Amino acid sequence: MGAPATRRGGRSRGTRMALLCLLAAAPVLFAQTTAVDEIAKYRAALLEGNPAELWEVRGEDIWKQKRGPKQVSLQQCDLGLGPGVVKGVYARLPKYFADAGRVMDLESRLLWCMTQLQGMSDTDARKQLFGGGNDRKSDMEAMVAYVTSESRGLPMNVSLADPHEAEMYRLGEKMFYFRGGPHDFGCVTCHGDDAKRIRLQDLPNLTTKEGAQKAYTTWPAYRVSQGELRSFQWRLYDCFRQQRFPELVYGSDASIALTLYLARNANGAAFDAPAIKR
Amino acid sequence: MRWTTIVVTGGAAAVVFGCASTPSNEETAAKAAAMMKSSFKANGQAGLDRLDQDETQRVCSALANKAPAKDVADRIEKANLATIKYPADGKLVGDWKNGEKIAQEGRGKQFSDDPTGPVGANCYACHQLAPQELSYGTIGPSLYQFGKLRGYGADIQRYAYGKIYNPDAFAACSNMPRFGHNGILNEQQLKDVTALLMDPASPVNK
Repeated sequence: MGAPATRRGGRSRGTRMALLCLLAAAPVLFAQTTAVDEIAKYRAALLEGNPAELWEVRGEDIWKQKRGPKQVSLQQCDLGLGPGVVKGVYARLPKYFADAGRVMDLESRLLWCMTQLQGMSDTDARKQLFGGGNDRKSDMEAMVAYVTSESRGLPMNVSLADPHEAEMYRLGEKMFYFRGGPHDFGCVTCHGDDAKRIRLQDLPNLTTKEGAQKAYTTWPAYRVSQGELRSFQWRLYDCFRQQRFPELVYGSDASIALTLYLARNANGAAFDAPAIKR
Repeated sequence: MRWTTIVVTGGAAAVVFGCASTPSNEETAAKAAAMMKSSFKANGQAGLDRLDQDETQRVCSALANKAPAKDVADRIEKANLATIKYPADGKLVGDWKNGEKIAQEGRGKQFSDDPTGPVGANCYACHQLAPQELSYGTIGPSLYQFGKLRGYGADIQRYAYGKIYNPDAFAACSNMPRFGHNGILNEQQLKDVTALLMDPASPVNK
């Protein structure tokens, strides 16, 4: 690769010099390459056995169980492509639902079905929205894992055809750039530029199509550091916590508007979650 | 940026086709602010009043990540410069060792934080400072050798303290929090972080 074709037998002076330099720098290079290799190996190992599968299996079971006062399953729940259809729905959410008169994301739609179809109270449906270890498993996050896994490999295809959707997109965009609180933070503070990081954590630039696609299509995710599967609602909730904002209400209009804004910007990219993250 | 372009283009198209229903930028901003008020709830020390924007936050949000025009930048910087209160005792440089602790501390002001617990500046989240700390972010510029490169004189001390107190006084719509103006750090903490940048004995200047 390095030696010119005309001097196949020996090494050129340049090549020899390069080799010497390489040898001199070898310890440093070796250490860095080893670290990078090890991280890559770690990631590959994680991908082979993503624990998110445990949530997906449990979620499918919960989806099919007869639950709530009405003792019916969610198999009549319409997530946007007709009652009981799970395949491909997540790649098209959030969307406007005429029966609820509202744009909904997956999580808010699941809450709707749990109260409307299964007859649960809103309080019961919201009992454990985020998981907290084995004692406090979240049925919601399990169902989110199951439903989202049924869109894996499909292109994001979020519509703004309905005026409600178009308006929520505009509001979500405004929210993205909204700076407030004691630290003046907004989403854009950390996600408005290329190749930035917090400490050593890389940050996606969500103002570019590539950045939005890469980020949005890899949520939900199993977080190794937390031992939990985390939904997109959780992702937004925890971002705003760190922004020093008050608490984002689960399934609120603002959470859906921002989700719609990011999901729409990810259109065209193949959905690739539940993923696994550090 | 690209999305902003699309939205702007969309608005222009609406005007061409005589569609009067596309809301103005201000209307959308007002609606988004109202939507947020009904979508968040107070939790611990983080009340809903944190969603009330001051003039700087409102103007910078409306720019959607674009640099402000010269006159707008001048206005924001002037207003923020007027907020800076320098210590009455005239001493701007405190204890760099405590400044390092404040620079490392990420807690403070989150609803998950103990309101009586530590409040840090989390400088390393965005800046390189002491070379011993390899885990630093890149949202802000490297501050390694801040004083060594600029000198340790009174003017630079004043600039460093003022910049930490209110960065928008020097760079309108800065990403950096206004640590003094918004009461994140107290006066002694501001002095200590200034020392981390300005004390010749600080590892930042080694």
